[in-house]
Amino acid sequence: MTRHPDRILLITLTTVLLLLFGLALVRGETMLPFLPALEDMLAGRDTVGAVILGQLRLPRALLAVMIGGSLGLSGAVLQGYLRNPLADPGLLGVSSGAALGAVLVFYTGLAGAFSFALPLGGLAGALLAVGLLLGLAGQGGVVSLLLAGTALTSFFAAMTALTLNLVPSPYASFEIMHWLMGSLADRTMLQVWLCLPGILLGSLLMAMSGPVLDALTLGDEVAESLGFTLKGVWGAQNRIVLGSALAIGSGVAVAGAIGFIGLVVPHLLRPLTGHRPGRLLLPSFLGGAILLLVADICARFIPTHTELHVGVLTALTGAPLFFWRVSVLRRNGS
Amino acid sequence: MNTCPEILRVDHATLSYGKTVVLRDVSLSVRAGEVLGLIGPNGAGKSSLLRVLAGLQTPDEGSVQMEGVNLADKAALWRAHRIAFLPQEAETLPPMAVRELVSLGRIPFGKGQSDEDRLAVEEALQQTRTLEFAHRAVTALSGGERARVLLSRALAVRAPVLLADEPIAALDPAHALSVMNLFRDLSRKGAAIVVVLHDLALASRFCDRVALLKDGVPVSVGLPADVLTDDMVSHVYGVTVQRVCNAVIPWNLV
Repeated sequence: MTRHPDRILLITLTTVLLLLFGLALVRGETMLPFLPALEDMLAGRDTVGAVILGQLRLPRALLAVMIGGSLGLSGAVLQGYLRNPLADPGLLGVSSGAALGAVLVFYTGLAGAFSFALPLGGLAGALLAVGLLLGLAGQGGVVSLLLAGTALTSFFAAMTALTLNLVPSPYASFEIMHWLMGSLADRTMLQVWLCLPGILLGSLLMAMSGPVLDALTLGDEVAESLGFTLKGVWGAQNRIVLGSALAIGSGVAVAGAIGFIGLVVPHLLRPLTGHRPGRLLLPSFLGGAILLLVADICARFIPTHTELHVGVLTALTGAPLFFWRVSVLRRNGS
Repeated sequence: MNTCPEILRVDHATLSYGKTVVLRDVSLSVRAGEVLGLIGPNGAGKSSLLRVLAGLQTPDEGSVQMEGVNLADKAALWRAHRIAFLPQEAETLPPMAVRELVSLGRIPFGKGQSDEDRLAVEEALQQTRTLEFAHRAVTALSGGERARVLLSRALAVRAPVLLADEPIAALDPAHALSVMNLFRDLSRKGAAIVVVLHDLALASRFCDRVALLKDGVPVSVGLPADVLTDDMVSHVYGVTVQRVCNAVIPWNLV
């Protein structure tokens, strides 16, 4: 029941996150005197330094923390709720729904009509997916939820492929492909404000699920005997699904599909939290934020003729981390 | 003769899963300070009855009352403070430390950080003789050790009613005796214990009363000696019995 190791882990992760956040603001393609730029930005002056800091680097770093954090948290919550270490935020079909919404915006040409079209399309797709998911899964429990999520993921992926297939312009097709790879480049504070409510509300709903996830370790019946209501409109299942869907959908709407964070971060941190799902939530948020921030910093700094997509980098860094985890499990024989 | 008040009772409960009726008009009560054994062949409805008593399964007809209050009218947390439930089948557990797992029993009482929480966990570990491996991962334990840890988790709730579904099925004779002794001790301190058992010898020795179920109906309820007659055991289980020091031992198929 000791909380001491938790405190050390949280302090370490928070320190690393703050250092990386600082690095993401201070370093970039353009060397700028950081403190004067910060001063100008806070004072509302329109200097080059203030613009680079406030309109390029800050929104990008904030989005990395918000989206990476919510992906890590969603992964931890879904793995705990489904009692499946392979559960991933993409499993519910909400990411695919958001992706389809955004792709349809490209397809219809609305993307160029106004700057909010793309994230709004993504959000609409995510909300549609949540509605369908809750309607399909009903009160059928974990298996219904998994089946409904898998069916929706396949359906939305097929619709996205169909849209790509039918898209009239090769340029639009190219844009869609790039968007699907996930990126934080060229995002502004507008996008931050747009996804903030969904991520905040979703993360709060998920963060409150710690005790029920702990109880679910012992099974549905014991969790109910310990005072939790799992089904029903205000039951734990609906709150968890709605929370993760809001957070994931908002993130995908703004940054595209970013894989592996929700899967790998809880895996890496679980042994450090005593395998207690409720204690994994906050570390997973911090770990997800760190991983996406690192990936985005790498995307900015790795010299390639076109900037790497952060979604590609998270998959590239996430897979070896997973291989390492597998080798540890094999060595330990469990 | 137990003169304590009834703490938990089920009235005229009927329960079906689809077209299969598993409980038929069951009425039964348990008093504070007694061990009530639910016995009967496989599929007799013992586990279903236990879930109904725990408030985890709403009967199609009938009601369950805890301390005279209809269980269905009360919040899940109210129930959690009063009834501890130990299911028959354990989930696949994560490699959590034993003490950590037992502390999950304190979830209804908050963050599990108070002195009372710590005391409850330590006492539950001692009661089931699991304190010696409290630091080990539960996945590194044998089936019997794990069963005792899960019992500790239920004991850590410190509820006035404990409902346990086959808690000794995976235990060796020494630990089975130890657990049944523990149930008797807890009941003498005022707890009401309802335990599903298949071991008729232990049921006849340790239970204050037994309810013998067949096809969803309690065919006989009362003192073990009155219920576990040769004819009744033969009728319900289809076996003949031998008696050793008044304990009933299934001997041959009828």
